[in-house]
Amino acid sequence: MLYYNTIDCVIVHGLSQMDTGAAMHPTHSPTALIEANDLCVGFGGRSVLEHIDLALNPGEIVTVVGPNGSGKSTLLRALIGAIDPDRGQVRKAAGLRIGYVPQRLHIDPTLPLSVRRFLNLPGRHPRAQVDKALARAGIPQQADTAMTQLSGGQFQRALMARALLDEPDLLMLDEASQGLDQTGTADFYRQLEVIRDEIGCGILMVSHDLHVVMRAADRVICINHHICCQGRPEAVTAAPEYRALFGTDDETALAIFRHDPHQHPHDHDDEVRDAG
Amino acid sequence: MLDDFMVRAALAGLGVVLAAAPLGCFVVWRRMAFFGAATAHAAVLGVAISLALSVSVFAGVLAVALLMAILVTLTSGRGYAMDTLLGVMAHSSLAFGLVAVSFLTDVRIDLMAYLFGDILAVGRGDLAVIWSGSLLVLTLMAWRWQPLLLATVSEDLAYAEGGSPRRESLYLTVALAVVVAVAIKVVGVLLIAALLIIPAATARAFSTTPEAMAGGAAVVGVGSVLLGLWGSWELDTPTGPTIVCVATVAFLLITSLARLTRARALH
Repeated sequence: MLYYNTIDCVIVHGLSQMDTGAAMHPTHSPTALIEANDLCVGFGGRSVLEHIDLALNPGEIVTVVGPNGSGKSTLLRALIGAIDPDRGQVRKAAGLRIGYVPQRLHIDPTLPLSVRRFLNLPGRHPRAQVDKALARAGIPQQADTAMTQLSGGQFQRALMARALLDEPDLLMLDEASQGLDQTGTADFYRQLEVIRDEIGCGILMVSHDLHVVMRAADRVICINHHICCQGRPEAVTAAPEYRALFGTDDETALAIFRHDPHQHPHDHDDEVRDAG
Repeated sequence: MLDDFMVRAALAGLGVVLAAAPLGCFVVWRRMAFFGAATAHAAVLGVAISLALSVSVFAGVLAVALLMAILVTLTSGRGYAMDTLLGVMAHSSLAFGLVAVSFLTDVRIDLMAYLFGDILAVGRGDLAVIWSGSLLVLTLMAWRWQPLLLATVSEDLAYAEGGSPRRESLYLTVALAVVVAVAIKVVGVLLIAALLIIPAATARAFSTTPEAMAGGAAVVGVGSVLLGLWGSWELDTPTGPTIVCVATVAFLLITSLARLTRARALH
């Protein structure tokens, strides 16, 4: 975690080619749930996102990683339409239902809102459906608890339950495992695959829990204002620059790295896939 | 019945507090209290303009309050903190309004009536305006209730689900301007914000749902108007401020009572 200034991570030839396919060419993916073309976002003259091209296909789990302040949350917020891009556009599949779990959500204590009422915003749902969603999220007892009375972990689960209520086509999670303990976090990411298999949604998430995330993702996108690299988790973790960016004390990353037959010299300029 | 000025006063007060109840809840939830005060203060400028142009005070106030609310919404988030910006706009528009009124030497106006209201002087025409505005606001609130609540909880959630929080807050802005315009005759510009905030804050103490809080705010508002009217008659005190005093006493009583009950329940 110490080397945040070493940014440009590089994926070496072969690994990056493994399964990127259509996803690497967002403009040519008519089946994509959501895609961004040449997305640029800036705040007050400071550029936060530069020329982001990405596409997410149904059933795919994609994780966005990057240092603090690299624009991960901004990327998700631009994709949902909360931020108007300076350039480029976001295209969503017609009738796309997005389940979004934000990084932070502050509910003013003056607003009396039970968990059940929160799940009935803005559309009302049958009582049984809400109860089922809460049970699945692991908070079956909290239906009538006020949102402001929930613990951090329970709050996160309530957000997740609401996001899944309408069986979204695309689930977007911004640091969704915050407030969960270690077991909770592991369960949470294991559940993502179950959810994906059950409702067939695409999942796009931002996370810091690298070792768990790496296990759950089909594809990892490493961003630092621009897309540094993307590919299968093994590929991205194996890149020495990636390890410089996120540290080498990560057990899983190391384990994957050790099993990797390749060594990665830095001079493969022609083989670099630099999407930025 | 409408010949009795007390009946007209009561109806005028009820019209205002009923519209103010759900809107006041949003003002509290979204921490827009100062925003409401700023919009109300700007109304004095509206009074001056309508008198100078000899148009209806309601129209002038509505226009200026709308302009003010939209201006504040547009300029927020551009370098100055919202708080500071509102402070500058609220008090400067009040000051400019008062200065502008003083130029109108050929019109003798009772400035106090606009600052603190003159509910006992409400005529039939005023009643029609107040209730039209009030019903408009209530309809708007009922129609946008769910999306407004979601946008209040989280704008990002609303965006993700295809909503438009910006449009929702524009609805709130318009509703606020209408309430200011209809309330000026009842409690005056300086006390309008009180009618928005105090009933809603009182209702918070005993509400477990947003709808109950809006309903409770309406009940507290209606009680304050009726008791305030009676009190000002008995004690010969200015009516608008008396209504606000009653609401404040209700707030103190009910909030402390709720605290006590909760403390006892814990033991």
